[in-house]
Amino acid sequence: MPVRVMIPSPLRPYAGKRDSAEFNARTVGEALGHLTTEFADLRKHLFTEDGKLRSFVNVYVNDEDIRYLAKENTPTKDGDTISIIPSIAGGGN
Amino acid sequence: MADAAALWISEHLAERIRAHGAETYPHECCGALLGRDASAVLESDRGKGTLTSSREILQLFPLVNRRDDSPRNRFSVTAEDVRAAEKAAGQQGLEVVGWYHSHPDHPARPSEYDRDHAWPWYSYIIVSVQNGAPLDMTSWRLDDDRAEFSPEGIEIRHRAAV
Repeated sequence: MPVRVMIPSPLRPYAGKRDSAEFNARTVGEALGHLTTEFADLRKHLFTEDGKLRSFVNVYVNDEDIRYLAKENTPTKDGDTISIIPSIAGGGN
Repeated sequence: MADAAALWISEHLAERIRAHGAETYPHECCGALLGRDASAVLESDRGKGTLTSSREILQLFPLVNRRDDSPRNRFSVTAEDVRAAEKAAGQQGLEVVGWYHSHPDHPARPSEYDRDHAWPWYSYIIVSVQNGAPLDMTSWRLDDDRAEFSPEGIEIRHRAAV
């Protein structure tokens, strides 16, 4: 049983309108790599041009924030669910 | 993506956004826009023609600005707050279709910082608050290529939202 990546509403138009996708992956980074390979238009909304996860993009494995685990090297196992949740930020100048 | 985007909101909710901006002045206010997005319906109706998008805000989910260090020109909504907003929306059969915030003593136009921290699809309402008084209110959507925001027309419903 592979890892399931939940796709948030704003990004579904770039993922064939799907709300989730499943991949065989050993780490979070691998899963996100598969996701953005299959749906290339997603990539720029998750990663900066130099390949880093955008600062406002938060990734969870079964509700655990990967920043407090091993970040993108966080290992995954069959049946895990990866969620992508934005922080919302902005401001006047 | 949306060539003719329109955001419907009741006069009452629009006024509440302005009031929130005035209340937190000179700090930025922020909150979630809960509602329904009809673009999928319109797309299917129109086949593969020009995409038209329409959505309606049916409720607000006011949030606390988490940016303690520079709340006059920045706002921040944590992932936990985003999840709380999504949960509140889901419980009412709605979804989070966007976010609002204020620009104290600054025009109701998105900044570069806004653009760097945005996703497409969401509606971003900005209300300008000058000297404590709310003035212009605009809405924006980030383009697919992230290069810039496009304005989204705000349509005020002069009756209670259904």
